[in-house]
Amino acid sequence: MAERAFKITPIIAAGAGATLLLLAMIIGPLGALLWRAEGAAALADSDWSAVRFTLLQATLSAAISVALAVPVARALARRQFFGRAVLITLLGAPFILPVMVAVMGLLAVFGRGGILSALLGWVSLPPIHIYGLHGVVLAHVFFNLPLATRLILQGWLMIPSERFRLAASLDITGRDFGRILERPMLRDVLPGAFMVVFMICLTSFAVALALGGGPKATTVELAIYQAFRFDFDLGRAALLAMVQFGMGAVAAIVMLWVAVPTMMGAGLGRTVERLDAPAPWWDGALLSVMTLFLVTPLVMILIDGLPNLLSLPKSVYLAAGRSLGVALLSMLIAISLALTIALMVVRLKRGAVVVESIGYLVLAASPLVIGAGLFIVLFPVVDPVALALPITALVNAMMSLPFALRTLVPAVRDIEVSYGPLADSLQMTGWVRLRLVLWPRLRRPLGFSTGLAAALSMGDLGVIALFSDPDSATLPLQMFRLMSAYRMDAAAGAAVLLLGLSLLLFWIFDRGGRADVDA
Amino acid sequence: MKYPLLAAGLCVIASSAIAETPVLTVYTYDSFVSDWGPGPAIEAAFEETCGCDLKFVGAGDGAALLARVRLEGEHIKADVVLGLDTNLTQAARETELFAPHGVSAELNLPMAWGDDLFLPYDWGYFAFVYKRDGLTDVPSNFKELAASDLKIVIQDPRSSTPGLGLLMWVKAAYGDEAPAIWNDLSDNIVTVTKGWSESYGMFLEGEADMALSYTTSPAYHLIAEEDAGKVAAPFSEGHYLQVEVAGKIASTDQPELADAFLNFMVSEKFQTIIPTTNWMYPAVTPAGGLPEGFETLVTPEKSLMVESDKAIAVREEALAEWLSALSK
Repeated sequence: MAERAFKITPIIAAGAGATLLLLAMIIGPLGALLWRAEGAAALADSDWSAVRFTLLQATLSAAISVALAVPVARALARRQFFGRAVLITLLGAPFILPVMVAVMGLLAVFGRGGILSALLGWVSLPPIHIYGLHGVVLAHVFFNLPLATRLILQGWLMIPSERFRLAASLDITGRDFGRILERPMLRDVLPGAFMVVFMICLTSFAVALALGGGPKATTVELAIYQAFRFDFDLGRAALLAMVQFGMGAVAAIVMLWVAVPTMMGAGLGRTVERLDAPAPWWDGALLSVMTLFLVTPLVMILIDGLPNLLSLPKSVYLAAGRSLGVALLSMLIAISLALTIALMVVRLKRGAVVVESIGYLVLAASPLVIGAGLFIVLFPVVDPVALALPITALVNAMMSLPFALRTLVPAVRDIEVSYGPLADSLQMTGWVRLRLVLWPRLRRPLGFSTGLAAALSMGDLGVIALFSDPDSATLPLQMFRLMSAYRMDAAAGAAVLLLGLSLLLFWIFDRGGRADVDA
Repeated sequence: MKYPLLAAGLCVIASSAIAETPVLTVYTYDSFVSDWGPGPAIEAAFEETCGCDLKFVGAGDGAALLARVRLEGEHIKADVVLGLDTNLTQAARETELFAPHGVSAELNLPMAWGDDLFLPYDWGYFAFVYKRDGLTDVPSNFKELAASDLKIVIQDPRSSTPGLGLLMWVKAAYGDEAPAIWNDLSDNIVTVTKGWSESYGMFLEGEADMALSYTTSPAYHLIAEEDAGKVAAPFSEGHYLQVEVAGKIASTDQPELADAFLNFMVSEKFQTIIPTTNWMYPAVTPAGGLPEGFETLVTPEKSLMVESDKAIAVREEALAEWLSALSK
């Protein structure tokens, strides 16, 4: 035992170092904010209304997403049809879909000049207005309905099929069927699904930036940005950032209470064997409507953007280059941190607690909170604007860390359990152990995590908006600028480029991880 | 084989020669640098004589421009900042980043000018612009506008100088009654945009009946598009005056070029470009007078303005009222 402890010390040290570095990156900025916020006056009326709006939109978005997800998940659970697997994969896609691309697609469908308004015009109805609360909620439902559906679908598939057979043999149908089989499951799954969506919407920035309608529809994250970029009032930005962190922390504590279903679950392939009644016709209709809701905005982007893809302003291509650099750097940081922490965590008795805590801490400290704090730390020392891109890469890496940990920790643990004793008996340590034992088996989860980290960073519009130099925008920011200037053709072209690059990054790394792996 | 190498060598020499050309960096607002704005023509005209590379950098709308200057602080990369207005000059002065302009020019402004740090290049009056077709009951003051069900787009006073101008306009016209006016206006406002370009774009796309802009905006449609259908609504309270200015950054590494640019800014050439690209009145009327079409514009009977030294306090109060009325 003593020998083993001796061997793993460097790993523990590296992991502890990475964890401490990460904590410093969160606590340092928070401390700076706390110190800076003291000088600011109390929250104004408009700040309170930002708090109210943030909570209202997050509650509505979560409630609507979850409410719609229940029938959709039920339909998916009990129907077997051609393309079901594709549809379930599609439900995972919004996760790596850049927010600005989705917003642009939603505008093309639901905006004043969009297809829905045109349809309404044919029947002499006034066009719809997307800016404000309903626009923000619409975009959030677009992103989170698929996520909620996947989470709830998992709940359905976790009901043992024996129970369905038993229910059939006992002639339990209709309302009783729901009461006995489905409702207990929903009671377990729904609070967690609700909280996941609520948490994501709580830190919404880009959606509110693009679809918010002035002071009435401002989230706290957006207010932090405005205090920075409009007033350059650091004290107020710091105060708002503390408010945001407070809300995030409370939500995180609630999340610890309710069991959150795992996000990256596998095994959505089979359907539930329902013997009680034939699935009603409206299952199909429901699934069609949802698919239409998810796919139409993206199709519109492709139609508008593809013809402009090769004739974009030079600034867009330059921004794309910068974004690729940021994404790759961010991916490197995220994976180095995640791997070091994962290697340490599996050797700890209560490692799971560390992972969970890191995850929730990062979720509570939103990108703009960290960004604002970092700015306050750096401002007196160096020019933060000159560091815009590296800081963006770093914050993006921190944001994708929880996902990387959730994928890597179980994988590393499996390997250590199965091959660790053998490797120990062969006295394989350090580099040799990494190369011969871990690497071949870790390639696949590693590929998935790197792809995810790169794609998330590629599509992110957050911290960069705080720091950006007019000359060094990333692709999502440049796209937003084109939209603001009403250069919709160029913006649509940039959207296709952004979407393509995000998916490509994910695909390359995920694929790279899968290629010739000895299963 | 030798020739490509030689050519490559020459290219390197040529590009290093370009790199030695001094660069004058001017921070300004977005619409100034857009393809249809004054930026391209002014850049070409100045580069003819300065032996330099004039680089305009768009940093959002006018008020965000000031925030940008404060954000960069002493690390600021600009040599000149162009596009602040009289509502912001005092706040800009307090950053202590600007140096005296040292230019004396015959200015044709509707007010006396004595600022040693900031030099005007154009001016205009804020107004709501509408399309003549389809609008019969044109409001003639804020109260009528608030009582109507017309939809308007305005700009955020924290990021945009027209947005800030509107705030000061209502405050100058109504004083303590201003919060009530904003309360009544809030249901007319479709959305509040970050900058002028966004809201004027929305208005032209038909997303609103009126947009906050300038009495001179219709000249653009008249002269550039031969469209007399866009009109500014005269308001009986009077119209708020905006004077747009530029200032030299004290820590500039190109002080001579910056001075040359400020002198060029009030010269005939620059001032002739302004009316038909920035669509404002020039600060120094060119020898040929104003372009044809400007005589058709609404000229306000009464001009409103908050003096620049009081602007900070008035802005702060008015902004709090505005935010509180519009966030309800």
